[in-house]
Amino acid sequence: MKIMAAVKRVVDYNVNVRVKADQSGVETSNVKMSMNPFDEIAVEAATRLKEGGHASEVIAVTCGPAQSTETLRTALAIGADRGVHILTDVELQPLAVAKLLKAAVEREQPQLVILGKQAIDDDAGQTGQLLAALLDWPQATFASNIRIGANTATVTREVDGGLEVLELTLPAIVTTDLRLNEPRYVTLPNIMKAKKKPIETWSPADLGVDASARLKTLKVVEPAARKAGGRVNDVAALIDKLKNEAKVI
Amino acid sequence: MTTLVIADHEGARLKAATLNTISAARQLNNGVHVLVAGHDARGAADAARIIEGVDRVVLVDAPHLADGLAENIAAQVLMLATSYTHVLFPATAAGKNVAPRVAANLDASQISDVIAIHDADTFDRPIYAGNAIATVRCDDAIKVLTIRTTAFDAAPSASAPAPVDTKAAVAGTQRARFVRREVPVSERPELTSARIVVSGGRGMGSAENFALLDSLAQKLGAAVGASRAAVDSGFAPNDWQVGQTGKIVAPQLYVAVGISGAIQHLAGMKDSKVIVAVNKDAEAPIFSVADYGLVGDLFEAIPQLTQAL
Repeated sequence: MKIMAAVKRVVDYNVNVRVKADQSGVETSNVKMSMNPFDEIAVEAATRLKEGGHASEVIAVTCGPAQSTETLRTALAIGADRGVHILTDVELQPLAVAKLLKAAVEREQPQLVILGKQAIDDDAGQTGQLLAALLDWPQATFASNIRIGANTATVTREVDGGLEVLELTLPAIVTTDLRLNEPRYVTLPNIMKAKKKPIETWSPADLGVDASARLKTLKVVEPAARKAGGRVNDVAALIDKLKNEAKVI
Repeated sequence: MTTLVIADHEGARLKAATLNTISAARQLNNGVHVLVAGHDARGAADAARIIEGVDRVVLVDAPHLADGLAENIAAQVLMLATSYTHVLFPATAAGKNVAPRVAANLDASQISDVIAIHDADTFDRPIYAGNAIATVRCDDAIKVLTIRTTAFDAAPSASAPAPVDTKAAVAGTQRARFVRREVPVSERPELTSARIVVSGGRGMGSAENFALLDSLAQKLGAAVGASRAAVDSGFAPNDWQVGQTGKIVAPQLYVAVGISGAIQHLAGMKDSKVIVAVNKDAEAPIFSVADYGLVGDLFEAIPQLTQAL
């Protein structure tokens, strides 16, 4: 079977983002960009399933501007066999991405689509579930383990308070949580190999999808800063403050 | 103009997050209905009907709703959703799992982690781990929101109970099956609704050392949390994780022990009423949000603190 892994180019995890002075968004020019960490886990999971003999091909797909190709190359260096780039410069919101991915799924016919549980830029955490609903496929979000059986995926999910195990009939959608795997270190030979792997480019129009933004962002501001408090010298002083000043214990 | 709140519950019991979501719903100045979809969920429905601001409880009780499968709960919500202007879920693991499925079927743009409601169409939500707050307007006929529970107070009890309507369930899916749940029984309160949270970071050094926090938490009646660094190092289970990619908490008192204070961690706890930081590194960023900072060795300070309480 084919597995599709969806990846997104985002502001790197270690960048301290700054809100633009005109309140139109956050500064993304001249900022380090990387693959969304949860998507790296998705590509790694897909690659391991292929290495374990459960998949014939891993297709990495991304939606976004020309630079998103770099993110696809990273996915190919981890182990995806080929890439699909749905090229668009419009501001993509989760519902539009899910519609584009649905069209890609209908073309490629994967049996399993693995996505990150959330992107660390918009923190929406929706795309996998939206895609599952649009395709009318079963879903297992926040996965920490995936086992493939005969026409099934048995997925352990991270839920409030512990874990839950679901069995899904394929085709299905899985979104990744942190502990599913630790993505491999991408080696130079694999980066070189990735450069030779094929990437197809499609447009939203090719797929018959209107990807325009529906939610209107009125403004983006910095959150109210929390004032830095004082220091205490020892445990006795701390207890005194908590009891008599803050009155929380 | 009526809002439907989807209850997060455990059958007999309503989860605290539902009360915060009801508070958010009341700010829309609409009627508020609460859907309890589950099995043997009469207890949760009875709890929901005595919450202030709830005008009606809709109870759908069926065996295939027992385990909260997203496919089945979403189908149930969709059966009702077109009678409402807003559908609100708490931004819990359960709510986040189901809400987008509902939105997609309504061709609506779901809005995640709402922290403020300006009017019926305009909402604030955090982006970039809470380093920016976006104000967004939604023109969809039915708005589907998840509510960040720490941003809204829990709704109080009502004087008069609301009526409970029982509705028949729609058919469930055969393509997703619940296998089992592994939820360790804990004497500690639930992390997201605890009054006090004691969290450990990489500075704890090992899983065994987390026992220090357990003793302190026991004394304080607190829940135990962890930073992502501590979870990644295998010191603590993932469902203890506080931060951008874990749980969002806002207790009365948050005690950060051996946590440096990466922005991703601050995203999960900076709305706590009082923050205490214990760290041997005087330059650690956690001190910039702490009300009371103690620079010192946690392996001395925490046992002393536990002893003295």
